[in-house]
Amino acid sequence: MRIVSTLLLIFFTFIVFYAAAGLPDVGDPNSAPSTHVSPRYIEKAYEEIHSPNVVTAVLADYRGYDTLGETTVIFTAGIATVLILRAGHKKSDQGGKRE
Amino acid sequence: MNKPFGSIVLDISFRYLVPFILMYGIYVLIHGEYSPGGGFQAGALLAIGIILARLIQGEESSFNISGDTAVILAGLGTLIFAGVGVISLIWSGNVLEYGVFPLNVHKESELHPLGILGIEIGVTICVAAVIIAIYDALTRRDDAI
Repeated sequence: MRIVSTLLLIFFTFIVFYAAAGLPDVGDPNSAPSTHVSPRYIEKAYEEIHSPNVVTAVLADYRGYDTLGETTVIFTAGIATVLILRAGHKKSDQGGKRE
Repeated sequence: MNKPFGSIVLDISFRYLVPFILMYGIYVLIHGEYSPGGGFQAGALLAIGIILARLIQGEESSFNISGDTAVILAGLGTLIFAGVGVISLIWSGNVLEYGVFPLNVHKESELHPLGILGIEIGVTICVAAVIIAIYDALTRRDDAI
């Protein structure tokens, strides 16, 4: 079983590195994202959103639905953390009071 | 005042630090469309201000937010965000399409900063309340033992 998982790990690592070699370079002006949506956002952001901050325009307006998901993720993670942290405390507290 | 700990140095530095941190947090929130920043950063700053107050003055700090209130506030922040989306649905637009708000402006695009401010207030409340709730849960454990 160990050998199988090691082989699988090596296989997937090879796939990741092989696929990463095909990605466009960071900041390449001819890559697909730089020629498709980025110029559209940069040219039209002030006209359409009336905000000089393009990052906020993309984050909160063009991709507002995405940010809604991010906020929900933070909320869910916070609730889960609070529940886990309080769970142990409550048990020991009750046990101490009863005895 | 009977304080668990704290000295004159902590009290004086607290008085000078916390108002500026809170004011900077609100500035980052309101100025989010024009400068770097936004809801997430403003939420972290506001939470740091409140946690600092609580670290120095303890539970009876003048602007303390308890853990239960913080959890409610976190849900409220998410609800504000979703509510802005629903408002634009009511005025027959898409979700989070700010251009359909029924206000008198010269151009439709001038409504977008309003919508962005609305959702960023929600994000700020959610992030700040989550940080405070986690801090509260962490410190509460020490009290029990």
